[in-house]
Amino acid sequence: MLKKRIKKDFSRYGGLYLLVIPVVVYYIIFHYIPMGGVLMAFEDFVPRRGIFKSDWVGLQNFITFFKSYDIWRLIRNTLRISLTNLIFGFPAPVILALLINEINNKYFKKFVQTCSYLPHFISMVILCAMVKEFVSTNGFVTQFLVDWFNIEKVSLLINKDYYVPVHVISGIWAEIGFGSIIYLAALSGIDMALYDAAAIDGAGRFKQVLHVTLPGIAPTVIIKLLLAIGGIMGVGHEKIILLYNEAIYETSDVISTYVYRKGLVSGEYSFSTAVGLFNSVINFALIMVANKISAKVSEVSLW
Amino acid sequence: MKIKKSPARIAFEVFNTLFMLFIVLITVYPMYHVVVASFSEPYQLAAHSGFLLKAYAPYEWGAYRDIFNHPLLISGFMNTVIIVVGGTALNILFTSLGAFFMSQKGPMLKGVVAVMIIITMYFGGGLVPSYMLVKNLGLMDTRWAIILPGLIGVTNLIILKTSFQAIPDSLTESALLDGASYLQIMFRIMLPLSKATIAVLVLYYALGHWNAWFSASIYLRDRGKFPLQLAVKQLLESDSKFAGDFVASKHAQLMKYGIIVVTSAPVIAIYPFLQKYFTKGVLMGSVKG
Repeated sequence: MLKKRIKKDFSRYGGLYLLVIPVVVYYIIFHYIPMGGVLMAFEDFVPRRGIFKSDWVGLQNFITFFKSYDIWRLIRNTLRISLTNLIFGFPAPVILALLINEINNKYFKKFVQTCSYLPHFISMVILCAMVKEFVSTNGFVTQFLVDWFNIEKVSLLINKDYYVPVHVISGIWAEIGFGSIIYLAALSGIDMALYDAAAIDGAGRFKQVLHVTLPGIAPTVIIKLLLAIGGIMGVGHEKIILLYNEAIYETSDVISTYVYRKGLVSGEYSFSTAVGLFNSVINFALIMVANKISAKVSEVSLW
Repeated sequence: MKIKKSPARIAFEVFNTLFMLFIVLITVYPMYHVVVASFSEPYQLAAHSGFLLKAYAPYEWGAYRDIFNHPLLISGFMNTVIIVVGGTALNILFTSLGAFFMSQKGPMLKGVVAVMIIITMYFGGGLVPSYMLVKNLGLMDTRWAIILPGLIGVTNLIILKTSFQAIPDSLTESALLDGASYLQIMFRIMLPLSKATIAVLVLYYALGHWNAWFSASIYLRDRGKFPLQLAVKQLLESDSKFAGDFVASKHAQLMKYGIIVVTSAPVIAIYPFLQKYFTKGVLMGSVKG
């Protein structure tokens, strides 16, 4: 019976299966083989001997990491960057969207939107090059802070206390506009009749925002917030690699940059893979928890 | 009907307009600064500190001449064009194949393939295993190392699948009855009817390739193969061993600014015309598959 069904399935959809073979092969080679490759986290991996012939060391790499001085610094920095980003970077595009939404003149609105999206289209390499210039000793950001806040006139990127603000503020600069698109769309999806009804009930503009606008965009905000919380331990390496330097590892080195340096710069393959695996397990758990919470508090869920 | 505005509302609108102008100013000023600096007189610029309201005369355009003649930047640009064109074409082909399969009702193994794809959204091998794979496949120092690992973006696949699903099944069925193959259905019916979505995906994949530098930095050794962004990174990092000839130039500082202008200009210049596609992409990505 099953055999017959399989036969029928293949005779009917054979051509379709042929088309998906390249896709399946791609996923096996470029995603599933590396997933199997995490086994090297439990080995003393030597490239010459390959993954099957290297010596097994059990949890040794993890133990080394947990006992190292680095782990707390990495977790602290990762959390500090993502929490600062969550507190300041997350609300910024929401607020911008609410304010753009209040602009009456259609052309001015379009102008503000187009300008604010622009930095999103600057590549990371260039963005970081610009940031480095602007916060250098003679940069205008540094000069501004010297004039107004009386800080010392040196590059901000050699002072460990300034790394997180530079990272987060430049991120807000680059993404505030583009990030507001999704909220603007949610805002335009709110039924105008709700505003009229609220006005008839005596609600002023502010009350309307409070009782109609905010509940209207709440589902979008919640989904985005959950995604952000799920990614809290997943601070990316690209921007940090471009911005940091040895003098400020104390505050700028995060798990992903550490994985990069240990794995590809110093060649500690197994140790780096172990740290990476530790990080992805935490990321995965966080996404699951975030989704569970959202399913509880509202009907909004990531799936 | 004209409603009289309350004083509070007027105050808010004034504040809001000013705030919006401030937003425009802080987004545009850094770019203006870079452009103006790139042709300023080099010695006065070197002594300058803080905001730059206009370029120092006499204007010095030498940096641009050097940039357009710089071998690493020229080869970088050519490499990036190859990767953007070739990579995006392969991205679209593979994403279409996957999306087409997922959009069809019926095949028994559809669920298996779906799970296989979705798992990769949440879990991956990580940096070192992926690096070892590329090495073992013999792709080191080839452009394939940059193009192949990211052939399909799952979100893009879901976007395209949703778009394919909006096409009536009856079209596929009647084409099958007329003897068309699935490949023909995909190329002759599905893709032409999803042009708008394809346009969005082309933009996203192409922009991704244009901006990419990290995988090139770990997989490529040969400078002649460097894409533009990596070439720029190497040139801008003055401690880099590649930068010798560049720092020695009297336009070094101007060239920094000039490179920023030249490499950003293509995208910044075309983006406003494509803005609606980018906006569309953001919204499509947020729709659950």
